Amino acid sequence: MREISLHLLDIAENSVAAGASSISIGVEEDYHKDLLAASVIDNGKGMDPDTAEKVMDPFFTSRTTRNVGLGIPLFKAAAEACDGQLNIFSTPGIGTTITITFKLSHIDRMPLGDLSSTFLSLLIAYPKIHWTFLYKVYSNDQADSGKEFFFDDTEVKNELQDVSLCDPEILKYFRQIFETGILETKITQ
Amino acid sequence: MTAIKSLDDLKRIREEALAKKQLKTSTGGIQVIVGMGTCGIAAGARDTMKAILTKIETDNISGIVVTQTGCIGLCEKEPIVQVVIGEAPKVTYGKVNPDIAKRIISEHVVDGKVIQDYVIEGI
Repeated sequence: MREISLHLLDIAENSVAAGASSISIGVEEDYHKDLLAASVIDNGKGMDPDTAEKVMDPFFTSRTTRNVGLGIPLFKAAAEACDGQLNIFSTPGIGTTITITFKLSHIDRMPLGDLSSTFLSLLIAYPKIHWTFLYKVYSNDQADSGKEFFFDDTEVKNELQDVSLCDPEILKYFRQIFETGILETKITQ
Repeated sequence: MTAIKSLDDLKRIREEALAKKQLKTSTGGIQVIVGMGTCGIAAGARDTMKAILTKIETDNISGIVVTQTGCIGLCEKEPIVQVVIGEAPKVTYGKVNPDIAKRIISEHVVDGKVIQDYVIEGI
């Protein structure tokens, strides 16, 4: 996987599989601190400390269809190769938080990639889950308070009620919100 | 093209979608499922998903439910797309790139013709 946003999609799929009813994805790029930090926070079934340790191991998986799980180990290795780290905080019955950091300017850092497609895929595919998405960017200026795109689906879902998110006009509505919001927040170097 | 972003716009879109819904009630449920396990994502499933959503948007097709599933144990066949139309048996497609995904929507979902070349048999 050659994009951070693909890995975030992968981690969020784990949260869905863990039975989460609420999932938050956040990405922050800080040009002053030279740091890219991302997190996926869910209220799924969580893991005990032993399991949370084991998911870092490529030869551990909770899945029954095959016996290797590469998602988290590969993402962790990618972060560590870029002066960053991946951490898992998990409590059984409460949920799991995964945080990851990269040195923003590291030559080996994979691109953030198509974050809007990751957000759109998840929102549409899992309409019963409460999603919040954050993309925040701080410029090189130390005093910069940052620019952000924040999306919480509560209000729009209340508005839509029983209408499917897969309706073509509604798809267009969300696609434009994500694409425009992320584009306007991004700093192109 | 004007960007639609406000909640008022969403209200209007919702009314329009509801009106459309009343026109076609007896089509039966159509479900399109994209495999989005680590294996699927690494093989390009997000682009496949995006192509499906774009096709629905550009061809203005209502009544499809697009969802995702995890690894189904056929990692070498990813990206995998499954189509379920009403009571008909589930059809599973393998190696679905964005172009094939668009064909699945127009030929199978809209016109009802299964694209045999990409079907994974025996599932």
